[in-house]
Amino acid sequence: MNEIIEKRMLSEGVIQLTVYEPRIAAKCQAGQFFMLRVTDRGERVPFTFSDWSREEGWIRFIFMVVGKTTSLLSELAAGDYIKDLAGPLGRPSLRSHDTRRPSWGNDFEGLQQGGSVVVVGGGVGTAVAFPVARALCEEGYQVHVITGARTAELLILEEELRALPLASLSIMTDDGSAGSKGLVTAPLKELCSSRSVSHAIIVGPAIMMKFAAGTALDAGVPATVSLNPLMIDGTGMCGACRVSIDGATKFACVDGPDFSAASVDWAELMSRQRSYIDDERESHAAHQRHVQEREHENCDCFDESSLWARGFKKGGWAT
Amino acid sequence: MTQLNSDKQAECVQTSNSELPKTLPVTPSAIPTRRRPSREPRHAMANQPAEERISNFQEVALGYTLEQARAEAERCLQCKNAPCEAGCPVEVRIHDFISAIIDNDLPEAVAILKERNALPAVCGRVCPQESQCEATCVLARRGEPVAIGRLERFLADWDRQRPEEERNKTRLAPCKHKRIAVIGSGPAGLAAAGELSLRGYYVEVFEALHSPGGVLAYGIPEFRLPNYILEDEVEALRQARVTFHMNAPIGTVASCEELLDEGFNAVFIGVGAGLPKFMDIPGENLNGVYSANEFLTRVNLMHAYEFPRWDTPVQRGRQVVVIGGGNVAMDAARTALRLGAEEVTLAYRRTQAEMPARIEEVEHAIEEGVKLVELASPLEVVGQDGWVTGLRLQKMELGRADASGRRRPIPVEGEEYVHPADTVVSAIGTLANPHLREVADVDINQWGYLSVGEDGQTSNPRIFAGGDIVTGSATVIEAMGAGKSAAIAIDELLSAPDVQTQRRMT
Repeated sequence: MNEIIEKRMLSEGVIQLTVYEPRIAAKCQAGQFFMLRVTDRGERVPFTFSDWSREEGWIRFIFMVVGKTTSLLSELAAGDYIKDLAGPLGRPSLRSHDTRRPSWGNDFEGLQQGGSVVVVGGGVGTAVAFPVARALCEEGYQVHVITGARTAELLILEEELRALPLASLSIMTDDGSAGSKGLVTAPLKELCSSRSVSHAIIVGPAIMMKFAAGTALDAGVPATVSLNPLMIDGTGMCGACRVSIDGATKFACVDGPDFSAASVDWAELMSRQRSYIDDERESHAAHQRHVQEREHENCDCFDESSLWARGFKKGGWAT
Repeated sequence: MTQLNSDKQAECVQTSNSELPKTLPVTPSAIPTRRRPSREPRHAMANQPAEERISNFQEVALGYTLEQARAEAERCLQCKNAPCEAGCPVEVRIHDFISAIIDNDLPEAVAILKERNALPAVCGRVCPQESQCEATCVLARRGEPVAIGRLERFLADWDRQRPEEERNKTRLAPCKHKRIAVIGSGPAGLAAAGELSLRGYYVEVFEALHSPGGVLAYGIPEFRLPNYILEDEVEALRQARVTFHMNAPIGTVASCEELLDEGFNAVFIGVGAGLPKFMDIPGENLNGVYSANEFLTRVNLMHAYEFPRWDTPVQRGRQVVVIGGGNVAMDAARTALRLGAEEVTLAYRRTQAEMPARIEEVEHAIEEGVKLVELASPLEVVGQDGWVTGLRLQKMELGRADASGRRRPIPVEGEEYVHPADTVVSAIGTLANPHLREVADVDINQWGYLSVGEDGQTSNPRIFAGGDIVTGSATVIEAMGAGKSAAIAIDELLSAPDVQTQRRMT
């Protein structure tokens, strides 16, 4: 279990891992996530499934290297094991994906069976948008997809998206190096104002979701977003991932991660996402120092306790 | 009351009479036992000094020495009807293990203790003895009860330091070739697993997190229950043919019904009430506001106090306010102190007398410098730029007793004030996790907890449940008691002749 069977560098700092995990692969659905830990002392971090194979027993996810945990993940290779991996967690994006509990999963407001829907993926969010778009295609919806990234190199899953029977696929880059130049909101506005879609599903960084959802809502099209707050256990136990939905406190891990965009308190979400930014930077910097020092392994100059000592001084709580 | 007639008791009188102090008060006739009721206070247990312990996460209470334990055991009256045992949710044979300590037969005392309690080292540390076994101790009527909890802890710790080959192995019944799934590795699940394996079942425990123990691992801090104690207890279960599956969130990865289809003969659900309650007041989602579960999980399970050696951070507040008056509130407040807070305040809407926390924990917290603000209820978390700056509190007064028997706090009109804080921890209880519906398709009561019969059986005859997921937030030992009695009921169900079983299954 948890063995990495394939590692692909999709672009500089964007990595796709395929992990053998048949129990989870048998059950996961579009929109769900899992928690992983890379080392014994590691953080628990959520990632959303970007693909899976029930027959071959693997799951796949895509991430950008931004902090310590993603750095550690990027250092793993095919054949390595991920220390801990628990899932699937959260509610599936599509209500029809759960036959056991009718209350589980979402109704897409305003969307009739077989209706027309647009799925928007920003940056690595496209990894989450892809399985949702595929599931909607399989269910017989007319699916428009808009994917955007800063530059052509950062575009992901373009081939996979082209293989889906989509009603349309728009590719946007900030610098125009692929597809059209501009933001995802431009084609989204067009689709929404021409009334060719009755619902928008938007996945990406919070700021992108906020503006894209605003575009859809302004045009009178209801929108669903997949929220990505900080999490610890991912099972509802701690409440770190709480978000305000229509003024009520909800947990993204068990009540979400999908919520109606009109109800989300974006400022609060983004503020909470940043609450440990200094610690995250410190942890990442310490890890980078560690990596540099590890290169000196053979010259015996690295002492692991040095990080420990620095931590002590900062906290000032122990002798 | 008891009569002095059993051989065992007569024998004990002779062995210990000489050790009794000469100047005891006259025995009241109401307590006709071989021992004179002792008015001498219970023997104190050594603690790490408060000024030292607030800067480390090592255990506060240090336990009895052999001499202290024997002297404390000598205080026991050895009542024949042993009222203390009625106060224990798992019915530990307290009378007999204390008698064995008096006889200086510690291996026997340990064997008696372990026969009924799968986790004695844990219970000796975290049980609220003053409201259980020690509350019903005869000595409690006239003075201080026998320190049963400290003796239990002493025995468990004495056993732990024995060489492996001398430690008495649990005697397992012959294998019954039946598999039981236990969902959740907290106190209820561990107790059920222990009891079932004793009775000859092959038990598999499923835990959603990466390490076993449930609330014992993520909730109760290191300074109250060191992790190695828990690891030892889990290891003992592993040796008793219990298998642990980590990272297995039952509900999504498999449901209880699927486990039954896969060949498990019965399932025990002990998932706890794993969803923290929030205060439902403005500002509760500001940065710096934690549920006690999150705060304690970061520090205990994820070792945030060792950041950045461990990867998970926690905010080290200078002025911390903890809301609540239970054990979890005490744990959070004392943890905040150890993280370096300058001022830690507990805000509770009733008074210290009504606090549901163990008395020892409240005393320890106060010794360590935690300030109590009684009769204060949170109205609003105030903040600036997304971060907490204070907590607006409503002054309360005590009115009439409510259904729980405690006097109900009522607001004093117009008396509000803002208490400055950079960290607020809400320790006001927990609720059932909404994922429960995916765990098993069984009846749920109006509060969202599982609805069970007396023996823990749910509406599916092969699925049993116990602990907080049935009762709502309660204590470790109550959950263990429920796990144990459900295990006994599962054994009865699976041992029953077919006809009977079938009748019960329909």
